[in-house]
Amino acid sequence: MRYFAASKNQLMNTEQILSKNMQDFSAFRNNVVNAGLMTMLTIIFLTACQGPSEKESAKESATTSSTIGLVLPEGFSASIVADSVGKARHIAITSKGDIYVKLASTKDGKGILFLHDSNGDGIADENTGFGNYGGTGIYIKNNYLYASSNEDIYRYALDNDGKVTDTNQAEKIVTGLIDRNQHNTKSLVLDNDGNVYVNIGAYSNACQEKDRTEGSAGMQPCPILDSAAGIWQFKADRPNQSYGNGVRYATGLRNVVGLDWNSDKNQLFVLPHGRDMLFQLYPKLFDEKQGAELPAETMYAINKGDDAGWPYIYYDHIQKKKILAPEYGGDGKKTSGEKAIDPVAAFPGHLAPNGLLFYTGSMFPERYKNGAFIAFHGSWNRSPEPQKGYFVAFVPYSDGKPSGEWETFADNFAGTEIINSPGDAKHRPCGLAQGPDGALYVSDDVKGTIYRITYKGK
Amino acid sequence: MIERNMKKIFLVVGLLITTAIIFLHCKNNSASELEASVGRGQKVYEQYCLSCHQADGSGVPHLNPSLIKTSYVLGDPATLINVVKQGLSGVEIDGETYSNPMPSFDNVLNEQQIADVLTYIRNNFGNKADVITVEQVKENKTASTK
Repeated sequence: MRYFAASKNQLMNTEQILSKNMQDFSAFRNNVVNAGLMTMLTIIFLTACQGPSEKESAKESATTSSTIGLVLPEGFSASIVADSVGKARHIAITSKGDIYVKLASTKDGKGILFLHDSNGDGIADENTGFGNYGGTGIYIKNNYLYASSNEDIYRYALDNDGKVTDTNQAEKIVTGLIDRNQHNTKSLVLDNDGNVYVNIGAYSNACQEKDRTEGSAGMQPCPILDSAAGIWQFKADRPNQSYGNGVRYATGLRNVVGLDWNSDKNQLFVLPHGRDMLFQLYPKLFDEKQGAELPAETMYAINKGDDAGWPYIYYDHIQKKKILAPEYGGDGKKTSGEKAIDPVAAFPGHLAPNGLLFYTGSMFPERYKNGAFIAFHGSWNRSPEPQKGYFVAFVPYSDGKPSGEWETFADNFAGTEIINSPGDAKHRPCGLAQGPDGALYVSDDVKGTIYRITYKGK
Repeated sequence: MIERNMKKIFLVVGLLITTAIIFLHCKNNSASELEASVGRGQKVYEQYCLSCHQADGSGVPHLNPSLIKTSYVLGDPATLINVVKQGLSGVEIDGETYSNPMPSFDNVLNEQQIADVLTYIRNNFGNKADVITVEQVKENKTASTK
């Protein structure tokens, strides 16, 4: 208001000055200079009252790359097995090399796709589907296909070719798991002893009284841990189980999307998504760069009964310490969580590990054997810093433990170097699976591309 | 000669002042009010909204809604004001579902800031929609959470 009042006074003064100057103007009417000045004046009149010019959208992405564009280590190459199949989350490969894809949401009423290459040219030319539910989890074990919606786990019997015998015969194994929108995907894996492990994600960022709200304290104890924020174990062959029949196998895991059973160690490994918004919720404790980098994304080797510490602590991969969460009185330095397990590997913040695969094939060079491939879906909570992730990483293992630093294995899914927002990424890696020949399959849930990565050597 | 030059200077100064007046007049029309509100709204957006909805307003697929030409952003101002005041969770917008909740900003932003940030969003990211005024925000008292 003050601004407008000042303008008005100024306006009156300038009008008085103007009338005086207009007299001078008439005196010079015949001057040749006037023609030019009049033109200028006209231009000013014509342009001055135009609104703010339309900002040009720089997002016109018309490039359709004919090449695949993935950046891989020497000797590896990638091909596209299928494209535009839908929002492809996790994938499972049959003994014959056919692909089951779990879609985040149904496409033409189908939530599970079966992709088959009928002529052996490396491109899936048959695409059929079933299962009228969206979801993320899918896994093949002991002649059954297991798949999850965001509340239930189903299984389908497979024939000797690894095909579902009757797509209408879905056996509901687990039902009634919590789905409160946030972190509702139910990733799953089976062990070798007849158990299925399923993630039940926390329906919260950091268990604040008011979720994602600045100044809201963490609940003590966090009530979410009773029914979510962990891995639950159920029998793989018993129908209609729910919380009462299952075991809370591990807790303090905010939202596990990538998980796998390590047969070498006979142990469950998981990668939860670390908490968001340290900078946004606690700008006095963390700057933008710290908010982008922290907390670490983490990989845990799980034993029954383990607690990874969410929401009370988070892991800081720079200090290499478990740090008390600010919602519970932390300041970015105070350590806590003495009873919580330590990660076996840590990565930069917010990369969003969506897929984990322990490689047991023999196509890839020896150093990849029993190592971990991780599909990093890519960050959103690093803004205003550029986003990061959108690649498949590799962690070498020996004796069931990481034996070296993580490295980028397959990069440039996004198709652009700088990713300011997730929408800039043309593809985002999500699920991983191993073919019977040892090829690595990667799914993308943006365009629905299924990649096949092979090794031919030099 | 000197007098001639002086008069020339007056003339130029006069023109500059005329230009200034024209611009000041423009400041009083609705286009400039929009511009001012958008300018203030951008600052609010950068501080409170950008981390989830992103610098280009494209949001995060499946998590945080896009603000680019959606029915929510271009639609009924009352709905939009309510989203900022009450927060939102588990919503489907134009066929896409989003699973991250948005907290209430009722105690965080004042009425002017809510009007400004919504005006900014409705006139940025390729959107073109009416200004949302402080009066509209004030009128919207339905089901306040506080």
